[in-house]
Amino acid sequence: MIKKSRSRTIVLVTFLLSLIVAVIAIGLGSVTVPIPEIFQTMFGSSSTTVNDTIIFDIRLPRVVLAMVIGANIAISGALLQAVMGNPLADPGLTGVTSGAAVCVLVIMLVAPEYTQFIPIAAFVGGLIAATLVYSLAWRRNGISPITIILSGVAVNALCGGVVGYLSIIYSDRLPAAVQWMNGSLAAKGNNALFMVLPYAIVGWILSIFAVRKANIIRMGDQVAANLGENVNRIRIVLSLLAVFLAAVSVAAIGMIGFVGLVVPHMARLLVGSNYKYLLPMSMALGALVLLVADTGGRTIFAPLEIPAGIIMAVIGAPYFLYLMRKGTF
Amino acid sequence: MFAVDGVSIRYEQTNVIRNFSFDVDEGEIVSIIGPNGSGKSTLLKAISRRIPYHKGTVKFNEVNLKSMSPKQVARKMCMLSQKNEAPNDMTVIDLVSYGRYPHKRWYEKLNHDDMEIIHWALERTHLTDYQDRTVSSLSGGESQRAWIAMALAQRPKVLLLDEPTTYLDISHQHEVLELVRELNEEMGMTVVMVLHDLNQAALYSDKIGVVQAGQKAMCGSPEQVMTQDMIRQVYCMNAEVRYHKAEKKPRIHLLSTAR
Repeated sequence: MIKKSRSRTIVLVTFLLSLIVAVIAIGLGSVTVPIPEIFQTMFGSSSTTVNDTIIFDIRLPRVVLAMVIGANIAISGALLQAVMGNPLADPGLTGVTSGAAVCVLVIMLVAPEYTQFIPIAAFVGGLIAATLVYSLAWRRNGISPITIILSGVAVNALCGGVVGYLSIIYSDRLPAAVQWMNGSLAAKGNNALFMVLPYAIVGWILSIFAVRKANIIRMGDQVAANLGENVNRIRIVLSLLAVFLAAVSVAAIGMIGFVGLVVPHMARLLVGSNYKYLLPMSMALGALVLLVADTGGRTIFAPLEIPAGIIMAVIGAPYFLYLMRKGTF
Repeated sequence: MFAVDGVSIRYEQTNVIRNFSFDVDEGEIVSIIGPNGSGKSTLLKAISRRIPYHKGTVKFNEVNLKSMSPKQVARKMCMLSQKNEAPNDMTVIDLVSYGRYPHKRWYEKLNHDDMEIIHWALERTHLTDYQDRTVSSLSGGESQRAWIAMALAQRPKVLLLDEPTTYLDISHQHEVLELVRELNEEMGMTVVMVLHDLNQAALYSDKIGVVQAGQKAMCGSPEQVMTQDMIRQVYCMNAEVRYHKAEKKPRIHLLSTAR
């Protein structure tokens, strides 16, 4: 059994840790900025224009973006796992991410003049994919892990086909889209951050209200109905929120897999399955994990830069296999 | 207090329950028995609004259940399935506290009164010493008691139990049924339960309803219902019926199949 006070401490420590790592990540790069100078620059006492540019225009937006996206995807995964009653649900495996990506690509390639609609397009794409997966995976007594994976495979394959088709038709406009799609945080800058941040904050606030409902629905349909809850309505509302959080992340930086699967699972091991702790823990840990992945990707093999999406796949896929092997679901 | 009137339930084009009526008075223990697949669990689920019925009404104190909100229904009655599973790391007291949700608005937290009810429910089910253990670490009978405690915390007027003893060994079966009787006698809790074991039904109920192929075959006191004829007709078994010395309740000895 996991004590509540302990869970609370772990969540707080993880939040603090991600902030500390953020400061270190701001210092790391082709030009190393010592930590005292970071604070001096950020809080306005003596600073140089070089440090100003490096910190405010390049590193700070990138670090914050990584944390926001990591938090978003991890919350999304945790919510989907509650809704589907199934620890394998994650926006990537269920096709939500690729559904959103397809719609974003359509705008980027077919109608580049409408880029301001990218977040909405991502949301619509994610919704279509989620609806498809639901209708394919739904059986009379809920969703089994097997059918969710199978229908996720089907939806992902379908989206892959559409992406392939689009990239042949619009091969001339492809490089920018590819750069966007592979889950790289490089050169996104303040634009991507300011695009995703308002949506993310709305999503986080709504997540606070989702805690109680997520807790009830994780007890199973029978018990939730017994407690006077409208199970289907909870399921729809929480799914909408999860798709929303994942979709705005896709709109900003493309596809990053496994964060939504691995992070909530790690969080569950640390603080238990009560969403009062699990949701904030997923948020903090998601921010930390993606930040580490991105910072590692851009420093370890410097001057070569590995996109965070690739790092996550390299870490996440074996972890996924390990979960399957352990049979925790 | 509880009236089922002409209920029919359809499940994938076939009628599972046809025109079923029965009444439950306040403070009664009513058992529903019948062969496998006769529709008794379905009936219980329909009463608790878990599955829809297409004809008939279910009234609670003269008010149609269909006109109540799910939360209102949850405050009036609580249904437990034969097997319930809590998340692995959930403690007994956490589980029981979920019973207070139907009484709370979405922004309200558990207050002092709620905690009193929760502790009262734990005490009633003799689980006070177990409150910080995880539900998954309890034995079958203890865990069934924990779920009953959660149901009690809901403060329902009626407890609906779907085969509460099916997965338990005999001593735990009696432990659960004794608890049901205790709640009935000391709090006046009305109980409707589906049971498999005829002797348990005879011993613990005030009234027994027999379901056969989706229809009411019989309904009445254990003495009226538990007859050789009924058992031959409904279960195709020859049996003899004796009476307990102390309890004056019928006891069935099955002898042979009668086909």
